[in-house]
Amino acid sequence: MPKFTLRVNGRTHEVDGEAGDSLLAVLRSDLGLTGSKFGCGEGYCGACSVLIDYQVVRSCTARLGAVAGKTITTIEGIAPSASGAERAAGPAERSEPGGVQGPPPLNRSRAQGSPPSNNARLHPVQEAFIETEAFQCGYCTPGMVIATIGLLRTNPDPSDQDIARVLDRNVCRCGTYPRIVQAVKLAAQRLRTQTLAEARGDGDDGSI
Amino acid sequence: MMDRSDAETEVERYELTEAPLYRFDLERRDFMRIFAAMGGGLLVVTSLPEAAAQESGRGGQGSRASADLSAWLHIDERGHVTAFTGKTEIGQNIRTSLAQAVADELFVPMTSVSMVMADTDLTPYDAGTFGSQTTPRMAPQLAKAAATARELLLSEAAKKWSVDAATLVVQEGRVQGPGGHSAGYGELAGRLTGTVAAARVSGPDAWTARGKAIRKIDGRTFVTGRHEFTPDLVRPGMLYGRVIRPDGYVGTLVTLDDARARAIAGVRVVRDGELAGVVAPNERILKRAVAAVRAEWSVPADHPSSETIYEHLKKAPATGGGGRGGSAPFTAGDVTQARAQAVKTFDATYRIPYIAHVPLEPRAAVAEWADGKLTVWCGTQRPFGVRSELANVFRVPEERVRVIVPDTGSAYGGKHTGEHAIEAARLAKAAGKPVKVVWTRAEEFSWGYMRPAGVIDIKAAVDAGGRLIAWEFDNWNSGGSAIRTPYDVPNQRIQFHPSASPLRQGSYRGLAATANHYAREMHMDAIARALGIDAVEFRLNHLKDARMRAVLTAAAERIGWAPSGGGRYGSGDRAAAAPSLGIACGTEKGSYVATAAQLSKTASGFKVDKLTVVFECGAVVNPDGLRNQVEGAVVQGLGGALFEAIEFRNGVIENGTMERYRVPRFKDVPPIETVILDRKDLPSAGAGETPIVCVAPAIGSAARAFGNVDTALPVKLNP
Repeated sequence: MPKFTLRVNGRTHEVDGEAGDSLLAVLRSDLGLTGSKFGCGEGYCGACSVLIDYQVVRSCTARLGAVAGKTITTIEGIAPSASGAERAAGPAERSEPGGVQGPPPLNRSRAQGSPPSNNARLHPVQEAFIETEAFQCGYCTPGMVIATIGLLRTNPDPSDQDIARVLDRNVCRCGTYPRIVQAVKLAAQRLRTQTLAEARGDGDDGSI
Repeated sequence: MMDRSDAETEVERYELTEAPLYRFDLERRDFMRIFAAMGGGLLVVTSLPEAAAQESGRGGQGSRASADLSAWLHIDERGHVTAFTGKTEIGQNIRTSLAQAVADELFVPMTSVSMVMADTDLTPYDAGTFGSQTTPRMAPQLAKAAATARELLLSEAAKKWSVDAATLVVQEGRVQGPGGHSAGYGELAGRLTGTVAAARVSGPDAWTARGKAIRKIDGRTFVTGRHEFTPDLVRPGMLYGRVIRPDGYVGTLVTLDDARARAIAGVRVVRDGELAGVVAPNERILKRAVAAVRAEWSVPADHPSSETIYEHLKKAPATGGGGRGGSAPFTAGDVTQARAQAVKTFDATYRIPYIAHVPLEPRAAVAEWADGKLTVWCGTQRPFGVRSELANVFRVPEERVRVIVPDTGSAYGGKHTGEHAIEAARLAKAAGKPVKVVWTRAEEFSWGYMRPAGVIDIKAAVDAGGRLIAWEFDNWNSGGSAIRTPYDVPNQRIQFHPSASPLRQGSYRGLAATANHYAREMHMDAIARALGIDAVEFRLNHLKDARMRAVLTAAAERIGWAPSGGGRYGSGDRAAAAPSLGIACGTEKGSYVATAAQLSKTASGFKVDKLTVVFECGAVVNPDGLRNQVEGAVVQGLGGALFEAIEFRNGVIENGTMERYRVPRFKDVPPIETVILDRKDLPSAGAGETPIVCVAPAIGSAARAFGNVDTALPVKLNP
C-alpha cells in the first residue's frame, strides 16, 4: 500500500493508504484529529472544513493523493498556543503510521491534536464565536471557524452579504446564522487591529 | 398541571415503545452508589411532590410521573456542587441553564457547579428530553434540590455555632453568622449525609444567575474542536462498523457476496439474523469494505410516492400499534346546524409533506461489552429508553446496560430511538471488540424517521356579521398537537386520524403543531381576505386569551401592520408595489408566539425580506439562550416553509443527500427581529419548539398578495 506524507498543524505524518481515501477519514480515524466533523460526506455541509495551503477545503471530499505534501491546518491547529505547544513537543511525538495492521493507537488524539488547554490563548475568530454565543449544539462550529478564518484572510472587512455568500457552503442546522454573522464581524474588527504578523505567526508551520 | 398531561400524551402518541415502569428501590441503591463514588459530602435527592403526581390522574402512572422527575444534587467536602439529571444536552443550552438554576439557589458562582447528564448509571431515570419540558419541569426540580441543600447547610451552621438560623447569610459558597462566624459549604457538607426534604424555591425576584445571559459552559470546547461528540469517541481496541443496507428505505436481503470484502486485511463481515454488517480497523478501510460487498435485495412493489401519499394517508388508517391511536373528535355545539345557517362557507384541504430532521451529527454509537455488561455511548434524547431497547434486544437485565449520552450534535426530535445503539452493540458482540457506528448521510435520510406527512381538511362557516360560527378540522396523520383552535367558535368538530405511513415517522421539533398551525392560520387569513376584514382584526375578533392577543398585537405593531383610520388595524390600502405582510399566531406547550413576515415579489416568485417574532414563555430564565433558541426555531421553520419536502418513489428516497435536500443556509435567512415578552409573573414554559409553528403561515399568507398560493407546504405560488 502506498505511503503518503501529510503535513498537518506543523507536524509530519506518514500514512498508509490509497490515493482516493478521504482526508477527513485520515484526520479523524488515523491521526485522531476529531475536531473536523463528519456531517454529510458529500462536501455540502462544511462541518469537515480545513485549510489547505490556507484555502478552505472540505476534507471529506479531499483525496489523500491530492493533499499529500501540502500544508494542512485543522481546527486543532489554529490557536496560537496550539502550534506553539506542538513546536515545543518536537518530533518525539510523531504519530504511528496509519494502516491495516490493527486498530488505531489509544488516547493519541489529545497528544497529537494539542488543542489548547482551558487557559490557552485562542484565535480571535474562536474568541468571537464564544463572545457572541454563535452556536447551539456546536457540531458545525469547527467548520464555521475555519471557514471564517479563510474568509477573513481574503476579505478583512466583509459586509453581511459577503459573509452570507462565502459561508453559504457551511450549514448550521440549529440556525444560529445571525449570530455567526455577528461573530465574523467581531473577529474581523479585532483582526484588523492586529498586525498581520501577530495574526499569522510565522505562517510556515500551519498556524495562521 | 396541563403541561404534564400534554407531555404524557405526546409520549404516547409518538414513542414507539411503551416506557417500562421504574422501580424505586433501584433508585435508592443507585444514589447510594453515587454517594460513595463522590467520597462523602451532602447528597440531596428530590422527586415530584405526591400531590402533584396524583394530579396526572392516570391511575398507576402517577408513580412514573414522579420517577421521571428526579434530580440529585451533591456537595463535596471542598464545596463543589454536582447536579445529576437524566436530561440530554442537544444544543438547547440546558447544561448551562440548569446549572444557573442550581447556582442561584445555592448562591455560588457558576464555576462551582458541574452537571452530570444523561448517564443511566449516574443519573436518575428520565423519560426523555423532548416536549420543551426541561425548563418548566427539570429546572424547578434542581432548584428545589439546591434550595434544600442550602437550608440544610444553614441549619447545620446554626447548630455548630448555636445561633438562630435566621441570623445567618449565604454568599459565594459560604455561610456567615454573627460574631464573625464563617464556614464553607464543603466543611458543612462534610458533617451531613444525604437526605430528602422539601424547601421553598425562590421566585424570579430572587434569581441572580437565572434571568441573566450567561455564556455557554462548554463554548470553549466547541470552538477548539475539543468537545467529543459520539462520532469522536475512541475506545481501546475499537473497530469501525457499518450495517449493509439497500439503496432505499425498504428491502429484504436475498443474497450477499462478501468474498471481496473479507479479502481485505483486518475486515470482518458479520451476519447476525437479518443483520449484515462490516467491521474494520479504521474508517477508510471500512468504506472500502462496504463498497466491496455485493448484496441483492427484494423490494416490495406498489409503494406510495410523494405524489400519491396524500390520498394514501386518507384511505389507509393506522392498524394498531405505534402508540398513535386516534381519538374521539372534540366537539362543541352543532356544526351541521351552524353550517346550514351560515351566510358563507370556506372549505380547503392542506397538505404537509414528510420532512427530515437532518441533524448535523448523524446517528452514532460506540458499544463495548465487558464482563457481560454493555456500555453504549450514543446521541439520543432518551438514554433510559435506549437502555430498555438494548436490554430487550440482548435479553440482559437493564442493570447490565449503561447508556451514556455525550452532549449531542442536535436532534430536533429525531433521536428518540436506539437503532444505532443496537447496531453498534450487535457488531461489537460479534467482533468481540468495541465498535463505533456512525451513520452515513444516506442512512440518516433513509433509515432515520421523518416528521409525519399529513392532510388537513378544514370546513368553516361565518355568519352575516363576519363571525366564525362553525369550524371543522380533520387531520390525517400529522398528529394532534395544537389541533384545537384557540379562536372563539361556538360550533366545532376537530379530529385526528392516524394513518399507516409508508415512511418511518416520529417526533420533530413542535410535532404536529406546525402542520396544524399552518392549516389553521392560512385558513383564518383566507377567510379574512374573502370577507374584506383585516387579518389581525379578524383574529382579535375571535380571541379572548390575553396572552395570545398580546403577542399578536405586538407582532403587528413591530412589522408595521398598516394601522388605518378605520380602526386600530385597518384593512390596509397598501400600494401594489409595497412589500406584502403576512401574520400568524399560535400557542403550544404553554407558550405563545406571533410571527409576521414581510415579502417582496421576485421574477421567480417571492423573497422573504424580514421576519418579526414575538414570543412569550412566562418568566425568562436565560435571555440570551432563549433568543438563540427562538432564532434557531425560526430558521428551522424557514426550511419547512420554503423548500423542505422528502421526495420518494418505489421505496427509495429520491432527494436523500445534503445537495438535493435543501436546508436553510446563510443566504436564506432574512433579518429576524426577535421580541421576547418576559412575564415574570408566570411560570417558565419551554421554548425550543413553539417559535417554529407560525413561520410558514406568516410567509404563506404574505405570499397571497402575489398570486394563488398552493395549499401544500412548502409555500409556493401556483402558476
